Amino acid sequence: MRLHEFQAKRLLTDYGLPIPRGAVALTADEAEAVARDLGTSPIAVKAQIHAGERLAAGGVRMAHGPSMAKSAASALLGQRLVTRQTDDEGQIVRRVYVEEGVAIERSIYLALMIDASGALVAVGGREGGDGVEERKRKGEFTSETLVLSVNEPIDPADLSTFIARIGLEGRAAVAAAALVEGLRRAFIELDASLIEINPLAVTASGEIKALDVKMTLDDNALFRHPDLGSLRDEVEGDRVKLSAHRDQLNFVQLDGDIGLVSNGAGLGLATLDMVCAAGGKPANFMDIRTTAKSLDIAHGFALLLDNPKIRTLLLNVHGGGMQSCDTIAEGLGIALRRSGRKLPIVVRLAGLNADLGRYRLANFGCAVIETADMGEAASRAVSVAAGRA
Amino acid sequence: MAILIDHDTRIMVQGMTGWAGTHHTIQMMEYGAKVVAGVRPGKGGRSHLNLPIFDTVAEAKGATGANASIIFVPPATAAAAMIEAIEAEIPLVVTVTERVPALDMVRVREALKGSRTRLVGANSQGVLAPGICKLGVMATGSERPGGVGIVSRSASLTSEVVAQVTAAGLGQSTTVGVGGDAIHGLGMRECLELFLADPETDGVVLIGEIGGSEEQEVADYIAQVRPAKPIVALIVGAHAPRERRMGHAGALTIGGSGEAAAKVAALERAGVTVASSAHLVGRTIAEALAGAR
Repeated sequence: MRLHEFQAKRLLTDYGLPIPRGAVALTADEAEAVARDLGTSPIAVKAQIHAGERLAAGGVRMAHGPSMAKSAASALLGQRLVTRQTDDEGQIVRRVYVEEGVAIERSIYLALMIDASGALVAVGGREGGDGVEERKRKGEFTSETLVLSVNEPIDPADLSTFIARIGLEGRAAVAAAALVEGLRRAFIELDASLIEINPLAVTASGEIKALDVKMTLDDNALFRHPDLGSLRDEVEGDRVKLSAHRDQLNFVQLDGDIGLVSNGAGLGLATLDMVCAAGGKPANFMDIRTTAKSLDIAHGFALLLDNPKIRTLLLNVHGGGMQSCDTIAEGLGIALRRSGRKLPIVVRLAGLNADLGRYRLANFGCAVIETADMGEAASRAVSVAAGRA
Repeated sequence: MAILIDHDTRIMVQGMTGWAGTHHTIQMMEYGAKVVAGVRPGKGGRSHLNLPIFDTVAEAKGATGANASIIFVPPATAAAAMIEAIEAEIPLVVTVTERVPALDMVRVREALKGSRTRLVGANSQGVLAPGICKLGVMATGSERPGGVGIVSRSASLTSEVVAQVTAAGLGQSTTVGVGGDAIHGLGMRECLELFLADPETDGVVLIGEIGGSEEQEVADYIAQVRPAKPIVALIVGAHAPRERRMGHAGALTIGGSGEAAAKVAALERAGVTVASSAHLVGRTIAEALAGAR
């Protein structure tokens, strides 16, 4: 679950994160009032969306004085912001964060995450700031890594070596050492999957300030944090995805015309690859989880049947020990009856209860195009969608 | 012969009394696996499916000589169940549970260091040695004993590839699901080492996908040891939409290195035959084995 910058900053100040003064505004007038209360200049007016690289996209604006802050806020609020990390439609800005400007002497990069080997690590870079994403894309970003324990505080000697390697000294180094340990506690206590501070600014007087924070929480651990669940921004999140999540599905909307249904993420990806290789355009990626019941699956099919772009459905199922063909067939039957929509359905059922699945489809009155293997199923679905049947 | 499991595998089931535990215990026993005990804190001393139930893993091991465990405990307590099995020095543990919190898996991996346990999963369908033993939840019927070892990150694709391998006139020595989550126990590379050392395994199929770096590690290992046994790989996800990550950090761990094309290239450089499509894996390993003879 992604958090907004203002949510992450609020959570992490309890763990010692030093941040500039600031507050959230829902309207331009509120932004002006916040700027007046801050009483400093310049002031940063920052769009709160679930994507980075906002500065380059005009989502972070510097203002001198309350009236400029107001006009900056009104230029952002209600608008769609497209950054390199959003899709082409961007995200609607519903809030801005109004924050005092900081005179930056240097910008550091600091993040905590779980790495590919399954260890909790702190990653630091001497040169933080806006250029990090671009340098990473070019492979020019150099970083230091420190492995952290989930059970014990960080060894002070290891920590000071890490801090020195990312170029911090004196007061800033002392403050940063306390910060890394605080963030380690926050990461564990809040079940985070990412905390990224970029930039961590060093001021002329040697203070450190977190100017931007990106934070995600582990969805699988939210059951331990009922209070944090309320931070989910339903408007910002993808509604289709949320409803699919509730129904034990993983669902990603794409813009093609072939609706795909498979059990298991691996078979789902394989189906997507085969359809693309045959020249087709998938409308989605869907993985039916093993715990999904036929009614959950029917909701998943409804997501597809509600999409007017879809010209055909491709059902590629290999029944396994946890999810059998007949359960999925039943889900399809229920969804088709509910929606009343008629469209060609290319079916390949194999494995557990494949015959029972076919029987169920016939009982629901589903007219299906049966195929023998999944290669044939993919190419058939592509020709059906192209109107060649 | 098979890797990881054999005729002497004596299985305990942690979380046996729940729906999934009960269902799959029956399925494993029907397949001929030796299930000897169940573990369910608070229900020790009772019996379930005519098997004794114990409060703890250590008690179950002491009383029955169990040398493997399969875990069906819900996500909130799955890590505690895994750590209990590791501390009781159970040599082989399979965790079926999905959606275990990531930090819990970090704790489990810390417990695994220096332990005597091999952990398969979490989010794994388990290990199957056709005709010998089933320590898992996979469907059976398409498999048959033979010389192809299969290691996979995906349960559904494993079922598919097992059926393809059988249809190609071959059989399987063992199939292993390393688990669908980013952080898991036994890795693909370690599994491949076991297959290469197993005299009954003639060739290996690796089923990988986008995300993570395990396939690259396997490729590096193969390039280094240059095994004589033919190895065929399938990498799915080449056409998956690029996931838009929020910050830069996601890209540090996943990003470009996780792309399907990079994995395919690394494997091909190491001498692995990469199947051109998911429906051609059975045929590809059959051809590779025929060519090696």
